[in-house]
Order: sequence, then C-alpha cells, then structure tokens
Amino acid sequence: MGRYVLRRLLQLIPVFIGTTFIIYALIWALPGDPFAGRCGDRPCPPAYIAEMTEKYNLNDPVIVQYFKYLGQILTGDFGETFAGIPVNTLVADAYPITLRLAVVALAFAALIGVGAGILTGLRGRGFADNLVLVSTLFLISLPVFVTGFILQVVLGTELGIITPSVSSQATWGELIVPGFVLGSTSMAYVARLTRTSLMENKRADYVRTAVAKGLEPKRVVGVHLLRNSLIPVITFLGTELGALMGGAIVTEGIFNIRGIGGLVYKAILTKEGTTVVGIVTLLVLVYLLMNLLVDMLYAVLDPRIRYD
Amino acid sequence: MRKRRLVAWVAAPLAVGLFASACGGGGGAEAGDGIVSVNHTEPENPLVPSNTTETGGGNVLKAMFTGLVDYDEKTTEPYNAVAESIDTTDNKVFKIKLKPGWTFHDGTPVTSNSFVKAWNYAAYGPNGQSATSFFEHIQGYKDVNPGGEDGEGPPPTTKEMSGLKVVDELNFEVTLDAPFATFPVMLGYTAFSPLPESFYADPKAFEEKPVGNGPFKWDSRQPNAFIKLVKYDQYAGKNKPQINGIEFRIYNELETAYQDLVSGNLDFVDQLPPSAMVGDKWKTDLQERGESKPILSNNALQVPLYDPKYQDPKVRQALSMAIDRKQITSTVFQNTYEPATGWVVADAIPGYQPGGCGEFCEFNPEKAKQLLTEANFQGPITITSNSDGGHKEWIEAICGQFKNNLGVDCVFNPVPTFSEFLKMHKENAHNGPFRFGWLGDYPAAETFLGKVYRTGASSNYMRYDSPEFNEAMNRADQAPTEEEANKLYLEAEKILAKDMPSIPLWNQKASVGWSERLEGATVTFDRNLNFETVKLKS
Repeated sequence: MGRYVLRRLLQLIPVFIGTTFIIYALIWALPGDPFAGRCGDRPCPPAYIAEMTEKYNLNDPVIVQYFKYLGQILTGDFGETFAGIPVNTLVADAYPITLRLAVVALAFAALIGVGAGILTGLRGRGFADNLVLVSTLFLISLPVFVTGFILQVVLGTELGIITPSVSSQATWGELIVPGFVLGSTSMAYVARLTRTSLMENKRADYVRTAVAKGLEPKRVVGVHLLRNSLIPVITFLGTELGALMGGAIVTEGIFNIRGIGGLVYKAILTKEGTTVVGIVTLLVLVYLLMNLLVDMLYAVLDPRIRYD
Repeated sequence: MRKRRLVAWVAAPLAVGLFASACGGGGGAEAGDGIVSVNHTEPENPLVPSNTTETGGGNVLKAMFTGLVDYDEKTTEPYNAVAESIDTTDNKVFKIKLKPGWTFHDGTPVTSNSFVKAWNYAAYGPNGQSATSFFEHIQGYKDVNPGGEDGEGPPPTTKEMSGLKVVDELNFEVTLDAPFATFPVMLGYTAFSPLPESFYADPKAFEEKPVGNGPFKWDSRQPNAFIKLVKYDQYAGKNKPQINGIEFRIYNELETAYQDLVSGNLDFVDQLPPSAMVGDKWKTDLQERGESKPILSNNALQVPLYDPKYQDPKVRQALSMAIDRKQITSTVFQNTYEPATGWVVADAIPGYQPGGCGEFCEFNPEKAKQLLTEANFQGPITITSNSDGGHKEWIEAICGQFKNNLGVDCVFNPVPTFSEFLKMHKENAHNGPFRFGWLGDYPAAETFLGKVYRTGASSNYMRYDSPEFNEAMNRADQAPTEEEANKLYLEAEKILAKDMPSIPLWNQKASVGWSERLEGATVTFDRNLNFETVKLKS
C-alpha cells in the first residue's frame, strides 16, 4: 500500500509538468498582443508594451519562458498579474472560498443525493421512486444559471431571505444557496447512480447469503449492500469535487463569489497567463489527490480490492 | 484487516489537509456606517495616476487625487482646485501658483515639485507609463520620450522636460510647444496628479498603498473583491466629503450588482443592466433613485481611407445618411444612447454648440441613395468589430438599414478579441467601416478631435490626412479664450463633415441607480457618483 501511494505520488511529476506546459503554451501562444488592449480605447505607448514584454519574458522562445516560469513556481512564487498583484495573494483569497463552496455543494450532493437514492433503490417502484426520477430529471435538464438566477431573484430580491450576492468573506451561511445551486446537478446524478447501483446489488448472491444467514435487515443493507453499492458513487463524488472547484464559473458569477472559477474565467479573457497557469496547476493537484483518495477508499469499502 | 487500517490512516490526513484550508481566509471589510458602496471592476494596471487610463483603476484614483483643477459637479465647468491661479498671456507659457495648505495623505505638503517631478516621471519614455501621450504638448516632451509610433526611436537624451520650471515651493511655469487654450482644462485629468516624494523612493510600496492628496485615502484592498477608501480629514478642497468612506465592490455580473442595489445591499450602480432598461423597468424598481445623463463617450464607424473603395467622400456621406440613428438607439439600446449630431459630445461640454455634422448625420435615404449612385459605389460592405464586447446587434441593425435603404449587401465581420481588433488598426488591415468608441478624458472638445482626426494622431486608424483640418485644429487650440476655441473647434468639425472620415453614430448616456440610503446623489461627467457631495440619510 505504501509503495502504491508513493508510486501514485511520483506519477504527479510528469502529469504536473505536462499539464502546466500545455496550458502555458496555449495561453501565451494565443494570437494578439496581450498588452495591446490595456489602455482603454487608445493604443498603449510602445514603452509600456516593451516593459511588460520584458517583465513576462515574452521575447524568449516559449520553452525558455516556460522553464523560467517553472523555476519560479517551484520556489512557491506564482508570479504577478499585469496589475502587479501577486498571484499567490489572489489564490490565497479565492481558494478557501471556492473550496468551501465546493464542500457545501458536495455535501448537498452526497446527503440528499445518496439519501434519495437509498430511499428509492430499496423500495423500488412506487410514488417515491417516480418522484425522485422526475425531480432529478428536472434538475439535470435545468442549466445552472437558470436555477441560480431564479433562486437569487426569488429568495434574494423578492423575499429578502438571502442577500443577492455573497460578501467578500463568503461565510458558510451565505454559501448555502449558491452551494445548493452548484451541487444540484451532481445531486441528481448521485441519486440516480445510488438507486441503480443498489437495485443491481439487491439481487446479488452475497446479499441473498446474508439474508439467508438470518442477519438483521439493517445490517444487510448497511454493511453488505451499501458498502458495495457506494463504490461508483464515491468515484463520482471524488472527481466531482475537482470539477466543482474549476467549474463554478457560472454560480460564482451569479452570486458574485470571489472564488477560483471567476478568477480563472476573467484571467483567460484578459490573457493573464500567469494567473491561468497558476490556478490550473493547483486544480491539477486537487484532481490528482482526489483520485488517489478515491482509489484508497475503494480498498476500505471493498477488501477484495488490493493494490499490492 | 491490517491493510485496510493502513489505507484509512493514509486517507484521513489527506482528507483533513484538503478540507482544513476551507476554514479561515476571507477577511475584509464590512460596509459599516458612513461607507458608500459602489459597483466596480478590477483595475487593469498598478494604481499609479500616470499609468491608469481605464475606469477600473481610474475611478479609485479620482477619489484619491485632486489635481490643479477640478470640474464642477453640475456644469462640469473647470475650477481651480490645488491651483490658486493659472495665468497666461499667450496660451503657451502658463504661470501656475498653488494654494498653500494642501497635503498628501502621508502628511507631506503638496508643492510645485510634487507636480513637476510627477509629470517628468510620467513623460519619461523608459518608465513605460500608459498615459505619457497626455504630456506631448509640453515643451521638451520629444527629448524625454522620442519613442515614436512603434517604439523604434532613439533613447531619450534627458530625463526632464525643458518646458517645466520650478520657481519656488508654490510657483511653477509650464511652457508648451505651441499655444493651446484647452491646456488648463486638461489639468483635472488624473494623469496630471501630483505625487508625493515617497513614490520615487519605493514605487512598489506605493502601488500597494497609493498616497494621494484627494478627499479619500487608502484603507484596504482585497484583489478581485473590493477596494476601500476612507475620508481624509485634512482634505483642503472645496467640497469636504460628507461620508466616511467608499467601498469599490468588484462585480462579475452587472445583473448581480443591480439585484444587490434593488435589495439595498449596494448603494450605487454606474451602469444599469440591459434587463433593467427593457420597458424602463428600473423606474419601477428604483422609483426616483436613478438618472440618465450625457457623458463624454461616443461611438462612430471609422472608414479606412486607404481602401480605394471608400475614397470618395460621397460614399461615406451616403452611408451616414442611410442610418436611422433614432430607430437603433431606441430599439437596440433602449434609449441609453442619443443619436449623434457631430463628432464631439456637445451635451457634456460646457458652452459647446451641437450639430457639427449637419445634414450628413440626418436620416435621408433618398439623398443617400442618390449620392451613392453618383459615386458609383458597388457593395458589398463589411463592418468589422471585436465580438468580445457585444456589438453584434447594432451592427446587424445598421447592415439591415444599408440593405433596405441603399440596396447594397452588408455583413458583420466579427474578430474574436479586442486586441486582435487593435492589431488590425495598426496593420491597416480593414476593408470596410469598423467600430470606434471614444471616451473623453476631460470636458473639452479637443479631446474628441485632436487625438483622433489629426494627421498621424494616435487613434487615427482611418489614416485621415487633411492639412485643412490640422490647420483648423491649430487655430482652435491657439484661440485666446475657451469660448472662441469652442467656436473654432466647431469649424474644424465642419471640415470633418465635408470629408466624413468617420460616421458619427451615437453618444452614450450614463444610466445610474442608487439606494435609499443616499441623499443628493449626482453623477459626474465620467459616470461616477459624486463622492464629494453625496450624503447618507441619517
């Protein structure tokens, strides 16, 4: 097991270099001068462009630029934006907020999704099953910006229960509604996944054996059935956390949350290469670690899965 | 069994590590009492007055700095702020005397040197300041910034402009290359702000915590979230602020800012979202708490005069006369724009006579068609614009009118980004009219004409070259008084009407809204809340 973890951690290095290089090359090789449009409606003075080009090593070939950048990243310095703000500061401000938002979303997805899935998966056809199937279909088909905007206007502007935007502190309480919006689609998927998985395993041999042994139904479901059925759900939730962190652009935009999603979106539009590469690097790390975590949880859930 | 335990022990710290960082962080200011919150965008450049030409940073700096002159909140008429007097006999040599008692936020006094040194710094080429071109009228600018159009020029020979002379603590003298009557009006623009000595000692520290001499001083900032300023108690200007501070809150979506405004979570929005403009919805949402006012911003279609197809002025005039501006401003823009009657936004400039474009900006499809036949113009027309700022609708509306009124084919040619669009300007790559937006920097006609239509001017992407127009501009620049200058600028505009290098379209109005907490909210010509006069209801 220890060797397995070590091997997985070593795999990080080529993936890390590969992704950051691709992102770096894509961002800085975009057509157009990244500094040309930065002086309002008038062209920027040549001295300004020359200074900025110098500052970001844009006169070097991309590969040299990249290694200069990599060297900088390895010392823990993610560089500066065009406005002279360290990317470290931006990320330090935004990352906790996005993580909190993703956790709230994931909690909704896990609790309500798994709950609804178990409820319908065990009972089988009936009113509850139909209700869950229809409501999850509804949630899946509604785009996030529609859900977000409706909740914002109804709960915020009309009823005054929440404020329409999240303040710069982004407390847990403020993140409940945005977290629900963000997690709504995954919640629906989790419910369906749990339901299907449970229904399939209900007829499995080991469940029949457990029942035949005369075990209590609670133990059959809780220990034998659920543990096996949750493997695909855990896989989904694990990768979803990574997706939620990077993909919160729309939700963060609607509720004005100062998180990673909005930051990277704006950075791409304004061609702030340093910010984009820095954030993507961190997202890659999150994905890799979450995948490792999920793989290890498999072994906890199902002892038959071994890594040595 | 043992193996499973091990997994759990490895997994647990990983999970804790990931989630622990979720706590803490954040921080920042709560909009407490006496603080007015306004919607805002993240500054694009470090916060130095001479390096900020866009509104995201400009609005913050405007609240933090006061220049030699300032503009009246109602009439936008310039008045002396830090300057006691600006005297000239020939509009070429200006003797500037400062009022005593002005201080920077760090307590040091504002002296002649604060201005002269700041201007020299801003103009000096190697410093790479984005507002350098504002100093080009001053004698000796070419010596400190010989860069030329593409930065290929020789290195500067000196670091100081010969046209700036410090007489004593409170007096200095500015000599221009040529007489220029509008010069004192320009001096209220942020690029001309004074800088404290501490700036030169450590520019990096200054960028993090700018020190100005204006009504508000720096408090705190969380990049991408907010910038907070607080009242400066020793402010020496005419209007002492009545509020305790400003929070510039950065929004991703205008729509969210508007929702916040309606529910009382934000005090001022400098631009209403399109959804609020539909059917004047904002008037029901906000009651009396909104205003629509002309600002120094206009739009035009520049025409590439290097393209043989567009060389006959009749073609350009015909295109202009075929556009029903009134219809587009009311349907596409929900009346947030006014049809243009010239190249200068006359409504926002004190004492300026509108109508410089004359009959050529009036909708007249018959005459347009006739002119086009005379010029023997064969379509098709392509209209180019960057598509990252949402310009599709109005360009397609214009195209539709060209098709209906002139019977020529017209298509919208979108280029993905603004910087690619700028590249096309630079390379003379246009093959038809293209979008042009201009934001005036100070309320004077010159800002709409000089930098755009003079031969070789920095935004003359049409490559318009008319000695007659240059001559007229020189005469206007050198006029002895502001009124006479305005008359002469109008003359220059008439020459533009004759040549039609660009087709004026419409002037923007600021549609703003404010919360119930504000009292006496007014809007400046550059679409800001007037922070110096606004009050909070008790």
